[in-house]
Amino acid sequence: MSDEKEQRIKFYQTGTLTVGNRLLDPRLRTVQASVDRSNAITSGHRACQGCGEALGARYVLDAAMRATGGNLIAVNATGCLEVFTTPYPESAWQLPWLHSLFGNAAAVASGVAAAMRVKGKAIRVLAQGGDGGTCDIGLGCLSGMFERNDDVLYVCYDNEAYMNTGVQRSSATPAFATTATTPAVGSDPGSEWGQGKSVPLIAMAHGIPYVATATVADLHDLETKVERAMSLHGARYLHVHVPCPLGWGSASDDTIKVARLAIETGLFPVFEAQAGEVTSRRHIRRRVPVEDYLRLQRRFAHLFPHGGRDDKRIDLIQAIADRNVERFGLLEEAT
Amino acid sequence: MTAAELLSVAAFHEGKHAQAFPSFGSERMGAPVMSFCRVDDRPVRLREPIVEPDAIVIQDATLLHAVPVFEGLDVAGFVLLNTRKPRDTLGCNDLVAKLPAGHFRVVAANDIAEKHLGRPLANAALLGGLLALTELVSMGSLSVAIRARFAGKVGDQNVAAAAEAYAHVRESTAC
Amino acid sequence: MALAVGLCRPEVICAYPITPQTHIVEALSEMVRSGELARCAFINVESEFAALSVAIGASAAGARAYTATSSQGLLFMAEAVYNAAGLGLPIVMTLGNRAIGAPINIWNDHSDAMSMRDAGWIQLFAKDNQEAADLHILAFRLAEALSCPVMVCVDGFILTHAFEEVDVPAQPEVDAFVPPFEPAQVLDPKRPITIGAMVGPDAFTEVRWFAHDKQIRALTMIPVLAGEFRARFGRDAGGLVRPYRCDGARTVIVAMGSVNGTIEEVVDEGRAAGEAIGALDVCTFRPFPLEAVHETLRGASRVIVVEKNLALGRGGVLASDVRSALGHEPTRVHTVIAGLGGRPITRVSLRRAFDAAIADRLDEPHFLDLDARMIERERERFTKGADS
Repeated sequence: MSDEKEQRIKFYQTGTLTVGNRLLDPRLRTVQASVDRSNAITSGHRACQGCGEALGARYVLDAAMRATGGNLIAVNATGCLEVFTTPYPESAWQLPWLHSLFGNAAAVASGVAAAMRVKGKAIRVLAQGGDGGTCDIGLGCLSGMFERNDDVLYVCYDNEAYMNTGVQRSSATPAFATTATTPAVGSDPGSEWGQGKSVPLIAMAHGIPYVATATVADLHDLETKVERAMSLHGARYLHVHVPCPLGWGSASDDTIKVARLAIETGLFPVFEAQAGEVTSRRHIRRRVPVEDYLRLQRRFAHLFPHGGRDDKRIDLIQAIADRNVERFGLLEEAT
Repeated sequence: MTAAELLSVAAFHEGKHAQAFPSFGSERMGAPVMSFCRVDDRPVRLREPIVEPDAIVIQDATLLHAVPVFEGLDVAGFVLLNTRKPRDTLGCNDLVAKLPAGHFRVVAANDIAEKHLGRPLANAALLGGLLALTELVSMGSLSVAIRARFAGKVGDQNVAAAAEAYAHVRESTAC
Repeated sequence: MALAVGLCRPEVICAYPITPQTHIVEALSEMVRSGELARCAFINVESEFAALSVAIGASAAGARAYTATSSQGLLFMAEAVYNAAGLGLPIVMTLGNRAIGAPINIWNDHSDAMSMRDAGWIQLFAKDNQEAADLHILAFRLAEALSCPVMVCVDGFILTHAFEEVDVPAQPEVDAFVPPFEPAQVLDPKRPITIGAMVGPDAFTEVRWFAHDKQIRALTMIPVLAGEFRARFGRDAGGLVRPYRCDGARTVIVAMGSVNGTIEEVVDEGRAAGEAIGALDVCTFRPFPLEAVHETLRGASRVIVVEKNLALGRGGVLASDVRSALGHEPTRVHTVIAGLGGRPITRVSLRRAFDAAIADRLDEPHFLDLDARMIERERERFTKGADS
């Protein structure tokens, strides 16, 4: 095997363990590819089959553990992740872990970070929660943490609804998606057409050192971002897109595929920002229409009635994707 | 620190017991504000507002006829009013007559303060006047309290203002 | 109070402004900034909910944590109040007792403390500013010994804004009384643990049993610590209850907090006139010292509870607990609701109410100094219909 620093043969990500294990230079392999990974969340937890959040959390935490040499404390908001990992008397967590309430993970993490600072300990802090706990009920505490620039990496696992409580709409639920509180009935089926709420952009507006979006469809990218985040100090925010087969009505073995389509349509822009300015984006390799993404999820089934197509609504979703592509420069410029 | 608080500290330095506390009314800029002080040889346990004062100090003479400032005053009580005007032009002659001679006094505390401090911060001067009137605590104790609160030159200036007001109230009995 | 808290070497202080506790944390922030209070982080947070949450994180990570609030702020952090107790975190909080709205009122009463009485915090009530300072020192020691958060209740404005003589202990004495924090469990990468797991029907009752047992154990620990405090600092502070001239008293007045000062004056006047009257200051409200209250009161034929709270539709909270403590004793218990929203409690009014009680003429519950004319006026206005 070549001992050059860079991987000479470029591979498309077709499967984490495939490329990461056999064909990549060892130094470029993912944390997940290593038998020495910390397994900060170990097996035996109660997540659903195909759970994107379980996958995302495993990726994030093992990468963070490696980046910090295991000197890490995790603070978790109430939600799926907390519930399926800690059914008393068992716990899937192999790192120090604290769950307090639904809306205060950012503040609790700030408290842990303050304690470490006062005691002169080089232990890092990671806070995590779902879109409900982050974008809605936890937004006040999150903003406070950002404003104070507390030394915490906050990770949001965005599955676009309150899944733990039975799939209710959150401010992260995309327009027209069916949830238990936005059923596909009546003249305006599914989630309301609102303003949308981009917490990554809100984070950028606070000017914090590092903001990034990532997805379970790109493990390398996700791990790199966690590593980069942990190399910095101050308030950092990572927003990870994690499909939920149960809540989205997608096949449990389609989780990564659905996540990839979200990138490739432009609906989930993947980028990095520092001090309020976008510094990099993941370009869309092969642009696909939003329809390809929507068809895989029963929460959008009402947009395809009787083999037809709800042009008006799908076009509106397409417009969101188009706007993202333009705003974040997601298409590589033609050379 | 309010005058009441300074007074309580002065009493403390003299080995007395004291308690100072604010009024319970709405405290906004421009609204009448009161503060209270109790001084005793025994520990002060009472927590009710003072309704029957032994002495009243009026810092703002414009309140004289706006609020019932003298309500509850003891028959042998003391009044010290901050004003340049002569006592008999204030419209309080009834009360002056009712109280024992020399118990209702005026002092131009703002002017005294202006002279020593350069600003019309009348607290120290008013306390000096009050001590002359009531002999509640000694000027020595008041000076200690003032200097504990205001360091260096400012402390000296406040003590001087208090002393001048004390002397003024001590000397003249007519006003 | 800030000085007393500072002497206990807190490591993380976080607070959000609310009248009437704000100046305590302002003083602490100055002490931190000037370096007077070393090895302490002062965090300015964006809400009371965040304040207690920051304290929760800090405490779980092994730092001695402190916060302060009142009234609306306590309610805003209510979820976290229960959470801190459930997680067994020895946080100390000053509660500047203030009425809860609506209608908004910034002045003193005990409704805020009452709202959290079942949350699992120990609740101590200070009689004067000396005790307010001393209780904070006792609180840190008690909290960490039990792994239980402690709320030090201090009457808003009446105590928080009063100037009084206070003996501030020396640092070495406080250090000897409050040793460094050694958490029962702590977030530590070397020994990872999971704190805050989900507990189902199979174990929840048992977890709560332990929390209840902890409160019961506090009843034994509190007098012991009070005794140690007396031995070291030379004065009484804390403890479960404090009787005043109760020997041979036929009538005993029960109350919490600063009003006890005024009540003692009334008792002294009564005794001087030959009346067999005494008072009982309930210093520890939670856990409620049923036995100590029973012991002190069972000789009396009449108990008058003067309280600064109102359980709407029910009466007085303290009176209910006192009645429970008395059990089958034939003692007559009266409830006097006084001081709500900062209304002054005067000797004259108390004496009038006590006389009525002793003559069996007192309504139940009795509202001290109720303005009957205002009530009548408002009633007329309602019956006449809405016309401004």
